Amino acid sequence: MNHSLVNWFKFASPASFYPLVGRLIPFFATAAAILTIAGLWVGLAVAPTDAQQGEGYRIIFVHVPASWMSMFIYCVMAFWAALGLAFNTRLSGMMASALAPTGALFAFLSLWTGALWGKPMWGAWWVWDARLTSQLILFFLYLGFIALQAAIDDPRRADKAGAILALVGVINVPIIYFSVQWWNTLHQGASVSITKAPSMAHTMLLGMLLMALAFWAYTIAVALMRVRCIILERELTSEWVKKNAME
Amino acid sequence: MNGLLYPFQQSVRRDLLLAARHKTEIITALFFFVIVVNLLPLGIGPDPDLLRKIAPGALWIGALLATLLGLQRLFAPDHADGTLEQMALSPQSFTLLVAGKILAHWLVAGLPVVLIAPVLGLQFDLSGRGLLILTVSLLLGTPILSLIGAVGAALTLGVRGSGALLSLLILPLYIPALIFGAGAVEADLAGLGPEGHLSLLAALLVVSTFFAPWVTTVALRVALE
Repeated sequence: MNHSLVNWFKFASPASFYPLVGRLIPFFATAAAILTIAGLWVGLAVAPTDAQQGEGYRIIFVHVPASWMSMFIYCVMAFWAALGLAFNTRLSGMMASALAPTGALFAFLSLWTGALWGKPMWGAWWVWDARLTSQLILFFLYLGFIALQAAIDDPRRADKAGAILALVGVINVPIIYFSVQWWNTLHQGASVSITKAPSMAHTMLLGMLLMALAFWAYTIAVALMRVRCIILERELTSEWVKKNAME
Repeated sequence: MNGLLYPFQQSVRRDLLLAARHKTEIITALFFFVIVVNLLPLGIGPDPDLLRKIAPGALWIGALLATLLGLQRLFAPDHADGTLEQMALSPQSFTLLVAGKILAHWLVAGLPVVLIAPVLGLQFDLSGRGLLILTVSLLLGTPILSLIGAVGAALTLGVRGSGALLSLLILPLYIPALIFGAGAVEADLAGLGPEGHLSLLAALLVVSTFFAPWVTTVALRVALE
């Protein structure tokens, strides 16, 4: 059947995935460390002071990449969830549950740094802006996913129930976003817009890009570490764990 | 055609019959709604201008909470006595049976809320037109709450602390319905006309009618494994 084709499912087995990941983690962890140092250096030392916002704007180098990651991780989670439901692979569910805490962390970080940024710039910790509100709801969706998985004892059922929830959530995210945006324009509540008109200096963009890559590498490294733990927890009784992984 | 929808009809009939034998549950949920909505003026103050402004939101949030109250019992009793498994094993379409249960839930939990809403709206000093729009928005919106809620009820079936978990899962997903439902009255008060909001609400209803029973069935099968 699969003559010359690559066997895509080879690494879908925890037994072969576990050692592969073990080799990948140091690489991504190092990349995360180097990129964070480079990104922070560019962001905090090299990038010019903003004409309107002074030094306070520099929180953007954490805030924007964290927001990107929080949204992106939810999509990746839904991708693994769909894959798990379609192919009934064990590893997909493990990947989804390994990504969820990091996604929630970034969503929280994005809200927190947003509040810290908002206070000096807008004079308020929180405004009912469409983006803030939908980010908060995204955070709730992450919490729901984690809570649902934590509440179910049987890991296979937890994976599948979480997968359904993640897919329902990912369909709802655009609906929620547009409804909140509509609601916001109707209310005319927040007169502040986050979409900044002035074009950014190249160094600022570079700093943001470096930080985004750093967060990517961090996410991959941490999610893979977490998935290794999950694999060990679930496969504790299997032969290969006793043979190879426990050395 | 009739034969195709037979399981659906029977499922609705059965759940309505069961509900009719436990009337107090319906009445309790309805009074919960009435009390929650009536507590708001007591907390906020009797200023009619303010009350008129918060009326749609207050009634809608009351409706959300009242729907949540009944959702836990949507599948749990049938799961406990094995009926749900028999339904899943039966040659009839499980999705249709589940859709019937969801419709019955709306008839029992949603419809009374819609019917009593105009009375509560009067307490908030809404105009006749405002009352009409509010009732229409609830009529379109409460089925959405039952449909989306059924997915959550199926996911949390037989799970530890399912009540609190259910609200955590479902309430974020209710936000679009809340925004468009409560927004319809406000848009009308602002002179924009409620049609846009009501159309979007109807669109949400169509989409969730199409998907929710199916997703609920998938989730139930996971829970029954």
